[in-house]
Amino acid sequence: MANKSSVFDMIGPIMIGPSSSHTAGVVRIARAAIRVLGGIPDEAEITFYNSFARTYEGHGSDRAIFGGLMDFKTDDERIKNALEIAKEKGLKYKFKSIGNSSVHHPNTIKLNLKKGERTVEVEGESLGGGVINIAEVDGFVANFSAQMHTLIIKAQDISGAIAFISSVIAQEKANIATMSVSRKGKNDLACHVIEMDSGINKITTQYLQSLPWIKELIYIPDIDL
Amino acid sequence: MCFLFESFKGWKKYCEEKNQSLPETVIQYEIEQKNSSRELIYSGLLQAYGVMKDAVITGLKEDMTSRSGMINNGAKKVFNHPLSVLSPEFQKLISRALSAKEVNSCMGRVVAAPTAGASGILPGTMVTLQEIHQLSDEKIVEGLLVGAGIALIIEEKASLAGAVGGCQAETGSAAAMAAGAIVYCLGGTIDQVFNAVAITIQCMLGLVCDPVAGLVEVPCVVRNASAAAIAFSSAQIALANVSAVIPVDECVEAMGEIGASMESRYKETAMGGLAATLTGQEISKKVLIQDIEILPDETLPD
Repeated sequence: MANKSSVFDMIGPIMIGPSSSHTAGVVRIARAAIRVLGGIPDEAEITFYNSFARTYEGHGSDRAIFGGLMDFKTDDERIKNALEIAKEKGLKYKFKSIGNSSVHHPNTIKLNLKKGERTVEVEGESLGGGVINIAEVDGFVANFSAQMHTLIIKAQDISGAIAFISSVIAQEKANIATMSVSRKGKNDLACHVIEMDSGINKITTQYLQSLPWIKELIYIPDIDL
Repeated sequence: MCFLFESFKGWKKYCEEKNQSLPETVIQYEIEQKNSSRELIYSGLLQAYGVMKDAVITGLKEDMTSRSGMINNGAKKVFNHPLSVLSPEFQKLISRALSAKEVNSCMGRVVAAPTAGASGILPGTMVTLQEIHQLSDEKIVEGLLVGAGIALIIEEKASLAGAVGGCQAETGSAAAMAAGAIVYCLGGTIDQVFNAVAITIQCMLGLVCDPVAGLVEVPCVVRNASAAAIAFSSAQIALANVSAVIPVDECVEAMGEIGASMESRYKETAMGGLAATLTGQEISKKVLIQDIEILPDETLPD
């Protein structure tokens, strides 16, 4: 193990039971997803895959998802009643269970969220100990942990885009920890997912957003803050 | 350079050479490795202990019925039962360990120590120890630091995860942390603290993780109570200098070896042991969602 554990991994984290992968991890997937959406959704379709498909009720993962969708933190005691709270708020929802999907990690959740006219699709995996991987965003490969500060940029697939974006981030003195780019087809849209050790200023995201070849920019600061 | 928690032998040597107490070495580790400060460590652990105390109270006060129904206010029943089999203190210990763990099963707030599945053991033991011996919260925090050091070594040499090492890795490690903390808080020497850890591991070795329906309920909740009792039993033995014979580092090695050779159906997969019994399977059928779309087996694309 490269990183030594903390005292607070041994006595902690403080969390809502019953298990870190079924509650804390699930809450964090939803917290990441609403940041991709840009707010608390009006409608949500939640698909539980594989191991989650049969156990999500017993483990309370359905409540954990709604806790996260309403931006509750992983140790918020309201998570237990999150489904009722969501119903009161008029949030429309639907659950789906899919088993035997070999292309998905055992503990995968897909969220199709709608707020006003905006819709997003986010696929997250709960890896254990509350650690997550956001595998896909709107069909693009994403693979970010949401433990750092994340930028998701959908841009025209043009040459020099990666160098340009990374140099703008370098001006901010933000260190890039991981960066991945995926595209749906040649000369189509490319999706840049960049994880940074520190955050960046609003003016920088606004500048990037103003460029004509950048179609969409989503900035997700540390989701646990 | 701080101590890196690679062995109990090394920990003792480090304490003696630097003339530092057990909790002090853990503080130095956290400051150096995690850029923390003494104040942050103390306030964080006081907060964690506060959550543990709250969980003990919540489980004895509020309704603790799990979604599956398998957990149904057991802690309260134990706490209020008119017959104490040993002493009222023992009855309280058992009910408190049950209580905090029931809070975990029922989606309440707990401290994973070291894991959520073992989250009743330190609350049950520490709250009861504090009450009986009139200890300060600061003293309990020192005990928790010792427990954290113990867990760091077990994590390094064996595992703390049920999916890797079975139940011994979760409740066994928590009981070892508690036993060490108890002996430390009662003024035991380093040898006595480590001996308590060794004895506890010897008592918990081999426990498999076989949760009914895959839920963190049966047998997890009652195992938190028995682990709390074993922590006190080991502390009582260790304080009297009754040797574990097998040194603590070797006990941890044995735990790792047993965990590694355990079949996967005994490691949180709900495929063996209690989960595979007739009743276990029946409960599983009732509790698990049946309305599920099963994809056909993947066929390779042409």
